[in-house]
Formats: sequence, structure tokens, C-alpha cells
Amino acid sequence: MKRKDRRVPWMIVAACGFVGALVVIGAAAPILAPANPERGALGARLEAPTLAGADGRAHLLGTDHLGRDVLSRVIYGTRVSLTVGFAAVAIGGLIGGTLGLVVGFRGGWIDEVIMTAADAQLAFPFILLAIGIIAVLGPSFPNLILVVGLSGWVTYARVLRSQVLSLRRREFVDAIIGLGGSVPRIIVRHILPNVASTFMVIATLELARAIVLEATLSFLGLGVQPPTPSWGGMIHEGRDYLDSAWWISIFPGAVLMLTSLVVSRTGDWLRDMLDPTLRGG
Amino acid sequence: MHGLGAFLAYRLLRTLIALWLVSSVVFAVMRLSGDPVPLLLPPDAPIAEMARVRHDLGLDRSLAVQYAVFIGNVLHGDFGRSIHFRQPAMDVALSYLPATFELGAAAFLVAVVVAFPVGVLSAVRRNSLFDHAAMGLALIGQSAPTFFLGVLFILVFSLRLDLFPTSGRGDWRHLVLPALTLGAFAMASIARITRSAVLEVQRADFIRTARAKGLGEFVVVAKHMLKNAALPIMTISGLQFGTLLGGAVVTETVFAWPGMGRLAIQSIYNRDYPVVQAAVFIAAVLFIFINLTVDTLYGVLDPRSREFRA
Repeated sequence: MKRKDRRVPWMIVAACGFVGALVVIGAAAPILAPANPERGALGARLEAPTLAGADGRAHLLGTDHLGRDVLSRVIYGTRVSLTVGFAAVAIGGLIGGTLGLVVGFRGGWIDEVIMTAADAQLAFPFILLAIGIIAVLGPSFPNLILVVGLSGWVTYARVLRSQVLSLRRREFVDAIIGLGGSVPRIIVRHILPNVASTFMVIATLELARAIVLEATLSFLGLGVQPPTPSWGGMIHEGRDYLDSAWWISIFPGAVLMLTSLVVSRTGDWLRDMLDPTLRGG
Repeated sequence: MHGLGAFLAYRLLRTLIALWLVSSVVFAVMRLSGDPVPLLLPPDAPIAEMARVRHDLGLDRSLAVQYAVFIGNVLHGDFGRSIHFRQPAMDVALSYLPATFELGAAAFLVAVVVAFPVGVLSAVRRNSLFDHAAMGLALIGQSAPTFFLGVLFILVFSLRLDLFPTSGRGDWRHLVLPALTLGAFAMASIARITRSAVLEVQRADFIRTARAKGLGEFVVVAKHMLKNAALPIMTISGLQFGTLLGGAVVTETVFAWPGMGRLAIQSIYNRDYPVVQAAVFIAAVLFIFINLTVDTLYGVLDPRSREFRA
């Protein structure tokens, strides 16, 4: 299908630039951060954004209740958000994608089982399940990735399944089987390329959702534990000081909100571009 | 086999299976999360006393028996006694439900009342300044994390402007910020889907016919467009009402709203399994019931949708 207008809108270029910048910032955090994110100067607590703080240093985004530099913590928090986000998308995509492909192609009882499980997972607020699982396993970085990753498999499985279902009925599949092609070969060579763009769309939208879920869990105290900085955790810490020191919560929150907006907009755009059938929802 | 009855029976069967799976998962998660007995007794309790409590709670039996007992009790709506409140867990969870309902209903009402007219106006005045502003806001509303929205609202409307209280439940002023926070996502989604549903029917032949026979613009929009755009809007709205339950957990925590979501979180920290089970179960039943109602209405209104989801 040829499209008349293949130019990428400037907003999307900016969005990709933004995510790229976040990756660089996260990777180069030790070089970019002006201060140690976990060590504060008690003499310079709750300072508003300033060029010359009580400890004689600039705190462009202020300091928190322990005198830690908010800018440095936001920079280091990028690492948590992106690591959990990308790892969760990989886990969810791998599990959900595989299940969707297999179930869509095979059908039968296994299809009923997997889709009922998907219904059941969608049947109650995942945040409750996530909290329960983390309460069992204990809050740690790998557990956080696991839980956020597991939260996403249903979307991949459902969408890919329905695509594979319709692809399977096409003549070319019968033709390949008639010519002696094996099922794994059909899936890898012929089905996979056909669903790749859908997969990309879901993965992008899921990235935004994973980053927000991680921040939500950290906000509830179930994610990354202090003193390691994470955006959600910082918003939680700053809530008690909202009246006197709004910058502790608001700066990481603004970055989180912008990231979520930018990534999900990119996903929407990809969807409209690659797979218009997914639109509306 | 495309009758409404068969369709409903099929949906109901799947619903029951989903409920069974939900309760099984809840059972598994809660049993894996450690022994509640040490939390119940003083630290110096003798071992015999601990064994007695364990026996009373049925924790000394095999997992299979515990599971069978659990499922049997669930069928009676019995989740055991709350360890923290020392009352039947179901009663505890149900007593927190009205607060959640109040919040959820207010959020949903605000969302629909704002989103529907905004979506219609955006579609009718497509590409106007209003359309761009409204849809821009909707995009922000859809991607803003609920808990941060709550924090922002508290900062601006409670602490700075001093219009509403920061937390707790009381008169209507306590309800405004939590309802806005919880409803923001649904509001944004409903506004967007309303706009695209109306845009979709605008192109239909019967709209051209209606205009051609000289009907006024208001009649065309109100009678012909909205009636036909109602289906997708209703579906999305119903689904949004369901997701409100999940958002309630976070919103209630941010605003210290004494509802079932906050109860569930606190009960997890207290390892009060029976209450967690009861709360999650009630939430799942509500969610599934809402979805079933939406599906049924959909099936009644649009016979084309009655095919089984093969």
C-alpha cells in the first residue's frame, strides 16, 4: 500500500529526539548529574531552585528534604523508568506475542484457555494484582520488571491472535501447506512479517503504559526502594512538602508526564501510519 | 445460534470462568505471601498457641483442602474473618464500598457530562480552535499518570487557591478533586471516541439525505448523528467505568479517601488476606458485571454484534 504523504511530521521527529535524549541522559547520568543523587547536604535542605545554594552549589531544580539535588535525582531516575519500561515491553511482547501467534494459528482448546486467562486478567484492576505479587515477592528491581512486564501480555496476545486468525484463512497459507511447507516456517516466514508492524505499534503504546505503571508502583512504595531515585518515588517523597517545596514532586512529575505523552503520541502516530485498522479505541 | 439468549449464555459462561480464575489467582497470591499467624499474636506467644490459631484458621491443612474450602466459601460470599478488623471480611469490604461507589459515580458523571458535549462540538466544528484545544487537552488527560494529576490538583486547587480540601471524605467539596482526578482519563477517552464516532457518521448517506430534505442542522446532529454514533460511545464509556475501579486504588490513596481501593492496599500491608480477597473479588464481580451489561445492551441495540467471538 503506497501512501501519498510519507513525510514524518516534525512532532514525531521531536518525540523520537526526546526519547533518544532520555536514553543518552540515563546512560550518561554519572557524567551529566551535577551532584551525587543519594547524598545530600543537610545544610541545604528544601532549597528552591537556585544558582547559589547554602552549600555554595547551584541547584537548578532545588533540593529535597534531605538536601539532595533534585536535578541529579531526576537524571538518575531516567535510568529506572527506561530500564523497567523497555525490559517490561520485552517480557510482555515475548510472552504475549508468542501466545497470540500460536493460539491464533492453532485455535482449539488452547485458544479458549489462553483467551479466558486474558479475560480473567482484564477482569480486575491489575494494580491490585501487582501490589499483591510485590507484597509476596518483596519490592525489588527484578520483581518490578517482572510484574510490569506481565501486566502487558494480554494486549499483544489478543491483537496478534485476531490478526493471525484472519491471515491463516488466506489462500497463501493453504498454498504453502499444499506445497509441503511446515507450520513453523509459515509462521516465521509469512505470518511474522505481516504482523510486525502491529507488534511495533503495541510495543510503543505499551512502553508508555509500562513507564507510568512503574512510576505508580514506586509512588505507592512498592517499586524501586529509597534511596535509589525514581520519578514515582520522588513524587511520593515530595508530597509531604508540597506546600513548602513543590519542586520535589513537580519536576519529576512533569518529566514523567511529558515522557508518557510523547511516547504514547508516537505510538498513536505509528498506528495511524502502519496499521489504520487498529484505530479507534 | 445467533439469538440473543445464546449470546448471553455464552458471555455468562465465560464470565463465570473468569471469576473462578480471578479467585484462584487471589488465593494463590495470598497464600504465597507468608504466614499471617505471627502478626496475630504477641511475639512471645507459645508455639502451642500459634499451632492452635493456625488450626482455627485452617492453615494447617493441605493446600488442596484449603483451596477447596476457599472455593466453597466463595460461593457463599464468605471470605473468612478479617484479621485486622475482627469482623467478617466481606462485611468489612462491603462497608467501604459506598465511598468507592460515590467517588466512581461522581468521576464517571463528571467525565460523561463534560466529554460528550465537548466531543460532539469538536466533531461538528472540526479543525476549529475549540477542536484543537479540546483534543490537545484530551491527549494530555489520557497520558497523564493518575497519581501525579492528583498531586497537581492538590497543589493548585487546595494549597495555592485554597478552594477544596486536600484529603478525606465529607461534603461535596471533598469529592471534587478526587472525582476530577479519577475521571480525567475516562473524560479524555470518551471525548475522543465521541468526536471520531460523530465524524464517522457525518459521512454516511443518510446524513446527506437528511440535509437534502431540508432538516435544520440541529435536528441532523441531534437526531440522526447522535443516535447512530451512540454505540461506540456507549461501549467505550462502559469500559471506562470498569477501569475507574483500578484508578480508584491510586486516587483513594492520594486523597486518603476511605474507599475499598485504599482498604485493599492497607490490607495488603497488614497481611489481612481475607479482606484483600473480598475486596478484589467484589471489584472483579463489579467489573465483569459492568462489561456484561455493556455487551448485552450492545447486543440488544445492534443485532450485527451478536455473533460469537470465535
